[in-house]
Parts: sequence; C-alpha cells; structure tokens
Amino acid sequence: MSKRIGMEIALAAAEAVALCKPDVVAAYPITPNTHIPEHLSDIVAEGRIDTDFICVESEHSALSACCGASGAGARAFTATSSQGLLYMAEIVPVVPSMRLPIVMAIGNRAVSGPINIWNDHSDIMSQRDSGWISLFAADGQETIDMMIQAFKIAEHRDVMLPVNVNLDGFQLTHVVEPMMLPDQKEVDRFLPAYKPYAALHPDNIVSMGALGMPDIFNEAAMAKDQALINSKKVILEVWKEWEEQFGRKYEPIGAYRMKGAEVALLTLGSMGDTAEVAVDELRDKGVKAGLLKMKLWRPFPVEELIKAVKGLTSLAVIDRSAPFGGACGPVCAEVKAVLYDQKERPAITNHIIGLGGRDIVVGDFVKIVEQAISAQKKKPKEAYEIYGVRGS
Amino acid sequence: MNTVKNFDLYAPRLVDKEEYFAAGHRACSGCGEALAIRLMCKALGEDTVIVNATGCMEVVSVMYPTTAWNLPWIHVAFPNAASVGSGVEAALKVLRRKGKIADRRIKVVAIGGDGGTFDIGFQALSGAMERGHDLLYVCFDNEAYMNTGIQRSGATPFGASTTTNPAGAASQGKNEWKKNIAEIIAAHNVPYVATACHSYPLDFMNKVKKAREIEGPSYIHCLSVCPTGWRVPTEDCIKAGRLAVETGVFPLYEIEEGKYTMSLAQEKLRPVEDYLKIQGRFRHLTPDHIGKIQKRVNLEYKKLLDKVENLHSWSELEG
Repeated sequence: MSKRIGMEIALAAAEAVALCKPDVVAAYPITPNTHIPEHLSDIVAEGRIDTDFICVESEHSALSACCGASGAGARAFTATSSQGLLYMAEIVPVVPSMRLPIVMAIGNRAVSGPINIWNDHSDIMSQRDSGWISLFAADGQETIDMMIQAFKIAEHRDVMLPVNVNLDGFQLTHVVEPMMLPDQKEVDRFLPAYKPYAALHPDNIVSMGALGMPDIFNEAAMAKDQALINSKKVILEVWKEWEEQFGRKYEPIGAYRMKGAEVALLTLGSMGDTAEVAVDELRDKGVKAGLLKMKLWRPFPVEELIKAVKGLTSLAVIDRSAPFGGACGPVCAEVKAVLYDQKERPAITNHIIGLGGRDIVVGDFVKIVEQAISAQKKKPKEAYEIYGVRGS
Repeated sequence: MNTVKNFDLYAPRLVDKEEYFAAGHRACSGCGEALAIRLMCKALGEDTVIVNATGCMEVVSVMYPTTAWNLPWIHVAFPNAASVGSGVEAALKVLRRKGKIADRRIKVVAIGGDGGTFDIGFQALSGAMERGHDLLYVCFDNEAYMNTGIQRSGATPFGASTTTNPAGAASQGKNEWKKNIAEIIAAHNVPYVATACHSYPLDFMNKVKKAREIEGPSYIHCLSVCPTGWRVPTEDCIKAGRLAVETGVFPLYEIEEGKYTMSLAQEKLRPVEDYLKIQGRFRHLTPDHIGKIQKRVNLEYKKLLDKVENLHSWSELEG
C-alpha cells in the first residue's frame, strides 16, 4: 500500500527511482538535481537496491555510461541540470537513435551566463528536438509518479526511447511536500521487468551505433520521428493504467477551471500551481479565466492543444526560457505553429517569466491575464515580452 | 620477447583461426590498425564486448547495414569509449550478479585512436582507469587524426607534418613532443600497462591475453602504422612498425604492478634516421632536426631503461 510521506521532492524522486530497481545509475554532481543521485547512492549503500552506482567524472560520461549499460541490457538512470545537460548534449540525441530506454531526471536550471544555479527551462529547451520523450512535473506527487511511469513508457516495445522527467530546480527539487509513495509490490505490479530488444552479449552478437550514410539518413530520421509520434499512444495507455491502479489522472495538457473560460494561461512545470491561485482570484473577480498545465512536452500534444483552446478568445503562453532573437519563446512557437491552421483561434500573447529563479507570484499571473485580455483590443508591438524586468 | 623460428609452421597453432574482425571492411590498403584489431580480437576470443570510439575503425567497419564485427560491438561517440565501456562493464557485472544473464565472465574492451585517447577521450579514459572497472582499453595510435584527414593530435611526433601543422618555410611541422600516455595511465596505478605494435604480432597478442585476464583496468598502447597519413608505401607498413621499435622511437615494454620489463632485447638502437627517412611526413626535416630527435629518443630510452632497472613491483616493495 502507498504511504503518505513528507519529504524533499528530490529525495522522493530518488525513492521512486529506487522502486523501479535500476541496474545501473551513473551521475555527476550539479546543483540543483544533486540530491536525487545522492539519495540514490544512500539507498544503494543501505543495500535496499542492487544497483551499480557509477560516480563518473562528467555528465558526458554519465550519459555515455548509461548508453553502455542500457546497450548491455540494464535498466539505467541518470540525472542532471543546466550546464550538465549541455555537457551531455553530444550524447543526448544519440540515445533515442540507438533506441536506448534510459530515464533521466532533469532538475531544471538556467543555462549560463551569467552563471546562475536557479530555475528556468533553458536547459531542456536547448535539447527539445533531440528525440527524447519529455515530461514536466508540476509538484512532488507528479515527480514521483512520472519517475515510475517513465521507465514503463521508455521500455515499452512499441516505444524504446529515452524519457526525461523535468522538475523545476529548487521550486521542486528542494521543497518538502506531502506525497503518496507507492510500495514495492504496487510498483512491481505496474512496471514489468525490463526485457531488452537486443543486448551486448556474445550469445547474441549485435553491432550497435553503426555509421549511417546519406542513403539511409533520411530513413533513420524518419524512424526516430515516427517512434516519437507513435509513443503518445503508449504514454496515454500507461497514464490510464496508472490512474486505474493509483487513482491519479494524467493528461498531456491538464485543465484547471477551463469550463466556460475565455482567457487562459498555459504553463509548464511548477508554476502551474501558482497560476491556479491566480485563476481562482480572477474567477472571484468575474474574469472567465482558466489554466492549461502542459505535462507532455515531447511528443508535442497537438490534438490535445487544439481541443483545449476551443472557445478561448485569449491565450497567454508562459515560457520559462528566452528565445534570444527568435520569434517567440519555445512553448509559444509550438503553440502558434499548431494553431496557425485553425480557423478559430485565440489571440496569443507570450510572456517570458521566472528566468534564473526570478520569483513568480500570484499577482504576476493576474497581471499577465489582464495583459492578454487587453491584447485582444490592441495587439502588443512585440511578439513576446520578458516579464518583470526591473526599470521597465 | 617471443621470437618464433619456423613461424609458418607454428603460427596456425598459436593463433585462433576464428575471424572476429571480418574481411570486407573498408580500411585503406596496408592499414596497420585494421591488422592490429584483427589480431587483438583473435587474442580476446568470443567472450568479449567491444566498445569503439568514433574514428577510422568505426567508420570502416560498420557502414550500415554491414558490419565487420563478429563480436558484440557498440559505438556511441568520439570521446566516450572508456565511459561507455564503464557502463557495459557495470551492467554485465550487475546483471550477472542478479542472475539475469549467464554466469560467465565477459571482457569489456574499449578501443580508440590516438585522438580519442590522448585528446578528446582523455578525461573519460582517466575516469574509467581511476574507477577501476574490469576494462581493457586499447589505443590504436597512428599519430594523427587520420579519419578526418591527417590533423595534428597530442600523439603526433615532433617534426611530423600534418594538415593542421604542416611543414613550410616558417614551420618544421609539429613543434612539440608526443605525450607519453602509457606513463600517464601507469600513474593511475592500474595493474597492467603495455606498449605494442602490430609488426610484432605474437608479442601484441600475448599482451592482450595477459590484459584480458586482469580483473581490473588495464591499458595497451598499440602503435598502428597508417601508410596514408605517414606517407609510406602500403607494403612498408610492417617495416615502419619494426623500425619504430628498432630505433627506440617506440620501445615495447610492460608495466606489471609497477614493474617495468622490456619486451625486446635490443643491444643497440638503429639511428632514428632509418625510421624517419622512409616516411613522407618527415621528408622536410633537416639534419639538425633529426639530431634533435635522436637526442630526445636516446634520453627517453635511457629513462625507460632506468625504470626497468630500478623500479620494483608493488609486491616487492611491500616486502
């Protein structure tokens, strides 16, 4: 039976990973994800799981060691943040191409410079088209649940892709919350033992990671793309199974007070919980506001987004990373691309907020909704704004 | 040193007939590295997993959908053969312990060129050696980035002309000495380090066999002649390797638990000029340059002999 725990979310994430009994964990320290591998190493040291914990000398080697381990048929896990993810970046897109179902937790943190250890989404956004399945947790409970779901999704024979679970640095990693932690029996029931499609062993000789010439590179890219697109069916199935077993519902885009909403915020990650309070306040004032909390970032939930925005006149898309000379933030760019072909679509505004750990409070979301409403009458000059810049 | 008389008579009995690195790969004519890999695989046998860094041998051997490998083989990227190998080794160990795979020892062997070992893969290699994985790393050193077109690496010797450090009116080619990677790995206190060359096939294979049995990290540095990059005729590949050893430019030795042993008894070294003059990459060198190289080779060789004579094994030191 699941038990109610009060714990730092990073530690709870490690407990969830431990319930999945990984064979190999390879990790390198970087704030703010570090408590996840630290606590996993505690669990290994206590003998609670039989796992080889490799203290690698870099993030590049962390993901590389996971590739070797996964290639040899092991269930492999790693975790990182920010510069660590960027240091891994050479290996990140190779993993889905090799169809290695590695799971990685990302304690999201701003990418330098200036150097900054606090939260935003610029780390994962730099890797968004690498071919990984990307999930975003909004709170501690979602973190626990997604860690366990991630292994099942990744290892499903119709998927065989790596999954990253994003949890906001500090806002989630270092916060203590009450959560339900499943027990071993429940997780064993949900998550079958990993059966690799192919493994490095002399009994069944394979060559992994061959050279692709121009005559097959298109086809290889197509196969990777199709695998990502097709994975959504399995993700939805796994979430349904999770709901049936644990009673907690997961959707690609969660809806909060969207019934009758005319204006909505769209968020990724932990800021959704703050935005909920803002929506409550706006509703109390008579503003028909709602909230869309995106949990599935890759593969991008195209149909779900089209459905979710029906009836909206305004949509304020929140990005937690700056596009630096681009058309708009990465989330907004996807949203606009999806909605461009729709006959009826809301007026879209894009707000870049919470960079490098800048605090986001309820009042900020209230203001943003008001801006989004006024944008219907007068289109803003810029396609996006970096919200809350001092002196502006 | 294993010198075999009547080699043709005995060789078939000494060498595994199985081809684990099959014919049909796309290596250049006269490639010393391809030969070395073929010999290494024969010495390793079937209970082996190969982890290959990006480089010539990866490119020529696994052009999809073909493969030259009759051993389980993985390639991920350029700098990470040692860290991918660490992961494979960890996985096989834990899966064996958990009863998920058969209970027998599989040796993990990571291979890379000099670029993937001396330069871009150095951190990963150092990490893997320090962590003590049951991993053999073999560097096939052809002294430049040959796969990308003969660019200078940390392994390129003094005076060699490369495409990024070419000889010219204002340049003598590479102006720095080659990094002594075997010594650097030995400084990690690994139980077995050896140098080898495909031109001494039985010596190389015996060293691979010895390293295979070590339950821990080990390192073999195999000088691999690249006729294309060294500008030597393809039929002189073996000769060039022999001359590297006979001139003392590349001495063959082993370091077993701290104890240095020369693999080849050489009373007198041939002049380095014999080695340099057959290679186009050294064609531009003046007698002054050659004199400088000779002086350095003499010193390095003396330093090595001094270690052979004076350094003791760890167990001897423990008493």
